[in-house]
Amino acid sequence: MTTTSTPTASAGGAAPARPRGGSRMPVPAARGPLSRALLGLLLDGAGPEPLRAALDEVVAAADGSWFEHDDVQVTLTCLYELHYRGLEGVDDAWEWDPDLVALRTALERLVEAELRARVTVPPVEDRSRAAIGALLLRTAAEDDGPSVSRWVARHAQERHVRELLVHRSVYQLKEADPHTWGIPRIGGAAKAALVEIQADEYGGGDPGRVHAELFARAMTGVGLDATYGRYVDQVPALTLAHPNLMSMLGLNRRLRGALVGHLAAFEATSSVPNRLYGNGLRRLGHDEATTWYFDEHVEADAVHEQIAARDLAGGLVEQEPELAEDVLLGARACLLLEGLLGAHVLACWEAGTSSLREPLP
Amino acid sequence: MTATTGRTPRGAGDGIASVTDDVPGAAAPADDAPLPRHPRPVTVTACPDGPLLVRGDVDWRAADGTPLDPGRRTVALCRCGGSATRPWCDGTHKVNGFRSGD
Repeated sequence: MTTTSTPTASAGGAAPARPRGGSRMPVPAARGPLSRALLGLLLDGAGPEPLRAALDEVVAAADGSWFEHDDVQVTLTCLYELHYRGLEGVDDAWEWDPDLVALRTALERLVEAELRARVTVPPVEDRSRAAIGALLLRTAAEDDGPSVSRWVARHAQERHVRELLVHRSVYQLKEADPHTWGIPRIGGAAKAALVEIQADEYGGGDPGRVHAELFARAMTGVGLDATYGRYVDQVPALTLAHPNLMSMLGLNRRLRGALVGHLAAFEATSSVPNRLYGNGLRRLGHDEATTWYFDEHVEADAVHEQIAARDLAGGLVEQEPELAEDVLLGARACLLLEGLLGAHVLACWEAGTSSLREPLP
Repeated sequence: MTATTGRTPRGAGDGIASVTDDVPGAAAPADDAPLPRHPRPVTVTACPDGPLLVRGDVDWRAADGTPLDPGRRTVALCRCGGSATRPWCDGTHKVNGFRSGD
């Protein structure tokens, strides 16, 4: 109901440190009139009217991609976070406030329309489990997006890997949570397959092996602060857009096909790049504690991609054949969003500039 | 610093939501007896042009008999021979042209 308070030092000494995992996201800074109006509502007791006016303003001024719209993406980040760990200083009861749900729905409508306009999905001929699995693995393999991982393996300096981990941290510190939303929304063999994958993501019940925890160690290893949500303000809209897209797919039952297809592509584009990231870190002299996250994903995702493509996505289409096109939409959405961010990051690095909103110290 | 502002939501649905404010909670259910655990039978699934997926309780051993810990419940065994982490699959089959013929 209320937020957790941080422990304060008493006269006799510091309070014991809390175990990791209980952190709420620090409230991100506003990036325009919409996020300003939202934060006014959540923090300052403003009414909902400025929110409606700001939304009208944003829609009227629409120019370019919603994926690159800072105000919309940071607004979505805040709205979705109400369903994850919560926002610091914000009452958890806001999660289901009808005005906020309405705002989120309105923004999702814009994002989904852009996604469907940009991603073409040809009609699916063979809807068997084997054919869907093969189609998804082929789609991922044929992706010709820019390879950040190859650049990191060959050329990255310390400042590049730090930036890379800052970008990744927005999703990775809540790793797997967006796809977990899918579990109650599907059934049968597809449900079992999703649980099989997700159980591995969460360390099979061992807190020390939770993938988000391994990523936190990698961040610490390169001298970054692994506090949840610490770098949200530093990343551009494109970095926020991908986790926001995942949340949209996960929190809307009607998009369950796309969620599942997204996970299949996500897993299928992981093993080789993670080996390359690990190679880059090793070249820069980092140890096994820091590369563990990447090494673990090389093997874990070699397993997950097989389960996700056939048992999960193929299994879901077998149960609900009309979802086949959405499954492919989700897979292509994953490749699109990864490609957009990858292109931005590589362009910046090749020009010798930072890919963040401000360079790290 | 992290105390709430005290502002709580009052969205359009508030009149409906307050109908159930004073309904008492249900009594706690009785504890169930724990279910017996059965070992999972082993299944091996051949992935087209890819690894062997192994599920179930397996005692993994290196050639000299020392136990191997795969680090996960479901495991992918390299079939293409190109993995850098054999016996586990690392995705190399995707880039070395491996065809399983099944």
